[in-house]
Amino acid sequence: MGTIGEAIRQRRSLLRSGGTGLILNAGLVLLVALFGILLIQRIYDQGASFFLQILAFALANGGIYALIALGYTMVYGIIELINFAHGDVFAFGTFLSASLIPIFGLAEGQAFGPGTALALVVVFVVTMLVCGVLNVSIERIAYRPLRNAPRLAPLITAVGMSFFLEGVLFLWKGPSNVHYPDILPSAGVQIFGATLGVKEVVVLVIAVVLMVALALFVDRTRLGKAMRATAQDRDAALLMGIDIDQTIAATFFIGAVLAGAGGTMFGLYYNTSVFDLGFSAGLFAFTAAVFGGIGNIYGAAIGGMFIGIIRSFWDGYFDSAWTDVVIFAILILTLVFRPTGIMGMRVPEK
Amino acid sequence: MSAISQFWRTGPRRDPNTIAYIVLIVVGALAPIFLQLFLGGTATFWLTVFADMGVYILLAIGLNVVVGFAGLLDLGYAAFFAIGAYTYAFLASEHGIVTPLHEAFHVPFWIVLLVAMFVAASFGLILGAPTLRLRGDYLAIVTLGFGEIVPRVFKNASVWTSGANGVSALDIPALPVWIQGPWSGDPFAIVQDFKILAPLAYYVIMFVLLILCVILVRNLHSSRLGRAWMAVREDEVAAAAMGVNTVATKLYAFAIGAAFSGFAGTYYAAKLSLVSPENFGFSVSITILVMVVLGGMGNIAGVIIGSAVIYSVIFIFLPQLPDYATSFVQSVGLSGLTQSSGDYPGIGEFISRLKFLVFGLILVVVMLLRPQGLLPSRQREQELQKGVHEDTTIVDVNAETA
Repeated sequence: MGTIGEAIRQRRSLLRSGGTGLILNAGLVLLVALFGILLIQRIYDQGASFFLQILAFALANGGIYALIALGYTMVYGIIELINFAHGDVFAFGTFLSASLIPIFGLAEGQAFGPGTALALVVVFVVTMLVCGVLNVSIERIAYRPLRNAPRLAPLITAVGMSFFLEGVLFLWKGPSNVHYPDILPSAGVQIFGATLGVKEVVVLVIAVVLMVALALFVDRTRLGKAMRATAQDRDAALLMGIDIDQTIAATFFIGAVLAGAGGTMFGLYYNTSVFDLGFSAGLFAFTAAVFGGIGNIYGAAIGGMFIGIIRSFWDGYFDSAWTDVVIFAILILTLVFRPTGIMGMRVPEK
Repeated sequence: MSAISQFWRTGPRRDPNTIAYIVLIVVGALAPIFLQLFLGGTATFWLTVFADMGVYILLAIGLNVVVGFAGLLDLGYAAFFAIGAYTYAFLASEHGIVTPLHEAFHVPFWIVLLVAMFVAASFGLILGAPTLRLRGDYLAIVTLGFGEIVPRVFKNASVWTSGANGVSALDIPALPVWIQGPWSGDPFAIVQDFKILAPLAYYVIMFVLLILCVILVRNLHSSRLGRAWMAVREDEVAAAAMGVNTVATKLYAFAIGAAFSGFAGTYYAAKLSLVSPENFGFSVSITILVMVVLGGMGNIAGVIIGSAVIYSVIFIFLPQLPDYATSFVQSVGLSGLTQSSGDYPGIGEFISRLKFLVFGLILVVVMLLRPQGLLPSRQREQELQKGVHEDTTIVDVNAETA
């Protein structure tokens, strides 16, 4: 049934992508080039040390966004649902780890030694597990019963779950910014006049380790294979004896584990959080996932880094009031001009 | 008598919407009189509240065209609301003097209503034309992004919009000619350029606008376009194969929805005489979506009832609840609950923080338990309950193996 409509649509889009498409594309390239030149000029004006400093921020930022983006992209890859609640799971991670830190005997101003590092690892693990369980419960309650409903239905429950989680965080800590204990040492090394802090290194290392672990997991393990199979063709996977429900739940769990780690890292890095953090951070991370190509985990990692770079460089070299606008514009433009992202997979209309 | 019973048998008994419409019109028309009778002095306050409720009803009717009729999830609907409001702010205030134009415009309210409709619809077209080719969930995220961009642009482009302070002292809507008389407590006179100040007048304007819009949308729904919307919503590929121009159909829905939002925005700005970028955030978009979903996607009467319910809960009931709760807790003898301790802010503040949670719960619970909403559209009910048919065989297999 789909073939006729598909053929008509392809013919139409071919007809349409004549003149106007070319002009729009050219305009976009011109705009990007213009900003590129402006940026290079400003980088040149401000000097190398400023550039390196911004780059360090950008990489740490990008690592966090990449971790959140992975959760979006994995869930979208497997059930084609934008899990709006994912950003709020991340925000929940910041809140939870902030409360766990004192419980495990960590305090601000403490000397950082092996003992504190171990306690911090425990905080990480507990936050990641709780976030994972939370996301699996969300999937069980709000998405699974609607798996065969029209697509609008789970999308609305996803928005609802996002608001619900935000509401929980709002009840928990109220409307104002929440201070996050500053326990990582603020020392750093000087490189060409820029300071590369311990915080940036920690964030980047953890992010890279987790991403490599995820890539190995999806590539090498049985469950990873099941995930890829389910993402490719759910019905066929079911016929091959894969437990679809379990595989999807595992995907939600792993996505949220990464978000929980990202949340803890965000708190440790910025030392602040707020109840609606998940909304903006989630949207940024989703932009990263779309930019990299939604459904593609390598794309999400690259997209996250890209968004981190854009954000830090815009904050540093242009007006930070417009950073959000720029990133949302990137989101819209990516979806308009290249919905499959820079290295995306084709998502068939079902 | 038999005419009435005939009417009952063919109309309301078959279709609860008819009852809903009758009740709504009667209540709407009689509300000012009853408020005056029972409340006296505070009646004007309630009329203002109800007129504000009308803004949300208007928005919900417009969003219903997009979400309910055409099945497109628009998460940035407040952006068009903001565009409508700022259109009025630019065209009907002294604000133009401080912008780089150095010239103020004073276009009459009634004309701006139409202008704002077209401005908002054009923005809908500009946003929709490239993005409506995308899959439904991508569209949701594009509109979400747009909804975040617009208030930020109004906030940041402070040379033109006064930034976060917003634009104030907008023109008061005026009628070119008006006959004064005892009904407004004045002697008989013919007044030119009559400024509309009374809350009752705003209420009446809103009531008339709403009736016009409902008639318009109902007609649209049963028109060729309305059926095309339904076809696209149910199965886009099949609709395309049947010769429906899916992109144009969706684009119409998007632009018409945006037009309603612009319309509501102008009224809102004129009544408040102030626009500020803070009033058009994501939570406004979500509030309207909750209204549409709760009331029943695709059914106008349902959407009106849904918005009335949500508006009452959010803006009338919830703000008063903390005080009630505090006094209740004290009267029961648990006054310890009113004290704040640690993260717990005391019962009053605690309850006033419930809004987000309630919104989220409504969206989730309604979609899970009654996806067709309070007062459903019959077609939509079938779709939402039966679901997508192509997966049914797989579901059966699943049920047997489980």
